Amino acid sequence: MSTPDPATQLEMYRRMLRIRRFDETVKTLFDRGRIPGSVHLSIGQEAEVVGACMALAGDDYMVGNHRSHGHPIGKGAAMGPLLAEILGKATGVNGGKGGSMHLADFSVGSLGESSIVGSGLPVAVGAALGARMQGNGRVCLCFFGDGASNEGYFHEALNMASAWQVPVVFLCENNSYGVTTAFSRVSRVPDVATRAVAYGIPGEIVDGQDARVVYAAVQNAAQRARDGAGPTLIEAKTYRYPHHSEGPLYNNITYRDPAELAAWQARDPLPLFAGHLAEAGIADAALLADIEQAISAEVASALEFAEQSPWPDPAEAHRGLYRTPIAGFDHA
Amino acid sequence: MRELTFLEAIREAQEQEMARDERVFILGEDVSFNVYGSTGGLAERFGLDRVRDTPISESGFTGVAIGAALVGMRPIVDFTIASFMYLAMDQLVSIAAKTAYMYGGQAHVPAVFRAALFYNGGLAAQHSDRNYAMFMQVPGLKIAVPSTPHDAKGLLKSAIRDDDPVLMFEDGALWGSRGEVPEDDYLIPFGQAAVRREGSDLTIVAIGSRVREALAAADTLAKQGISVEVIDPRTLVPLGRATILASVAKTGRALVVDVGHRSCGVAGEILATIAEDGFWSLRAPLKRLTAPDMQIPFSPALEKGFYPDTAQIVDAALALVQD
Ligand SMILES: Cc1ncc(C[n+]2csc(CCOP(=O)(O)OP(=O)(O)O)c2C)c(N)n1
Repeated sequence: MSTPDPATQLEMYRRMLRIRRFDETVKTLFDRGRIPGSVHLSIGQEAEVVGACMALAGDDYMVGNHRSHGHPIGKGAAMGPLLAEILGKATGVNGGKGGSMHLADFSVGSLGESSIVGSGLPVAVGAALGARMQGNGRVCLCFFGDGASNEGYFHEALNMASAWQVPVVFLCENNSYGVTTAFSRVSRVPDVATRAVAYGIPGEIVDGQDARVVYAAVQNAAQRARDGAGPTLIEAKTYRYPHHSEGPLYNNITYRDPAELAAWQARDPLPLFAGHLAEAGIADAALLADIEQAISAEVASALEFAEQSPWPDPAEAHRGLYRTPIAGFDHA
Repeated sequence: MRELTFLEAIREAQEQEMARDERVFILGEDVSFNVYGSTGGLAERFGLDRVRDTPISESGFTGVAIGAALVGMRPIVDFTIASFMYLAMDQLVSIAAKTAYMYGGQAHVPAVFRAALFYNGGLAAQHSDRNYAMFMQVPGLKIAVPSTPHDAKGLLKSAIRDDDPVLMFEDGALWGSRGEVPEDDYLIPFGQAAVRREGSDLTIVAIGSRVREALAAADTLAKQGISVEVIDPRTLVPLGRATILASVAKTGRALVVDVGHRSCGVAGEILATIAEDGFWSLRAPLKRLTAPDMQIPFSPALEKGFYPDTAQIVDAALALVQD
């Protein structure tokens, strides 16, 4: 499919930058002890996130996982309520009930982020099946890691999606590691995409550092899905610069060669894309600087919104278990 | 009035709901051929899209149902046998039960999960689970265990229209039982226990098929001058505590009968409720009759006696009343 038009490409760059600055802010807050629980950053993976999300229509669905701050941002969500959620504030997307691993903004088609590795795969197939039964032409994009591809869920989901020709795009974010375990140590096949053969669907490997490449692949797959030709498995080769999650756990663990990290950083998706925009005459240095400044301001105001927001009312903890309340019972 | 079997009542509930609401569809193994008897004619009427045979992928198709529910469908999952729910445990517990709460009300999961209980049939340990109590530990699920064809239809219809995930356990011992079932549309609300028989000396709370055994025991006991009140909770989550407590306030004695295991079970939960909130009306110790905390053996000679029967209920009731 075609190269995205200049305006789309500029928006891709903005969204990548939003995710980068957002996660950097999250890291700062975490290091200051401001964030409960754990956070999993996707710094380094912005290109595949944005390339995939922007290849979809606004009302298409998306399912994420534990490393999903970027996914709703890539799909166009406002950052304030996302950051407020991470801080546990009342104005958070989930009212403070989900936090970092469950950021979900249903208004942009994000159907939630499950932190049980792999469990989003069948849910994405179901969303796609529902969309097809309703005949609304929507597809569902399913993000998951290389680690998740070793869960039984992966097998069941790909098999069902293929057997039923459901409009879903499986996007494996292969950052080479599940926590500290290299994919190569727990799988005899080097690539997740080859597993597509077992389900009779196309499997494609793409450069996850180049947003345009991911965009093109996902756009093709989404079109295929809309045309009724069923699912596609796309494997984006990428890398996270931070450890699996923030905190002292990883301080003295060496599971990655520093040279490997450096090699990936040499192809950082942001300068890579900025270079392309300049080369293609889409953005000059001044425009790139403007974008940088605008995004920094957006993130700063998201942070201010989140920090100024009130804590949730403690009584809220006891509400919302059920959607259909039951007369005479107080737990709904 | 017309009589239907338990399974026919379930079939009729599904057919009527599928006709009423095109978002309702059935998902499960071998459902289009009606192998298990609750989907007869539905594939012919509604097509294979809405009576969807799945691969043998319990966790997968449970997730599919949840995903479809998230985007506005109303799936009915047929696990065929409740023992297979363990394969889907993660989807039921981590996703179905937690979605509405965890996402701060942005979403909900209007799905029904049907599970048949096939104990007492020589099916041995892996096919004889009566596991509803396990799921009572999971906030966010609603749980129904009907005991009559009438209730099976009305509760299933309520479950399908409910916006939350509902597990409906269908006691295999009742499948062939017949009862009056109105043809028209009616709903049985969740959380309202039924008083199956009124009495003044003893309250028996019975679950699923044990309601039948308890009623038979009450007949026997009546001949000996003992008046038994039989309560059928019908839904375990929410549990109709008020009806149970009102009954015990009247009778002063309580016995709970359940084919589930003893430890941390339904019977223990009901008795704890009575001990906490009805203690001062008690005239005798509380008592439960359950299956033992054992795996289910294969040989009929071994499985015999595992589930409380009429004779055991009569004996327990006599002991309580004569205390
Ligand atoms: C079922 C399950 N097992 C283990 C974990 C702990 N865990 C959280 S993230 C993770 C690694 C996941 O790796 P991958 O799918 O490749 O995603 P990545 O973190 O690399 O983005 C593990 C093992 C979990 N959350 N869920």
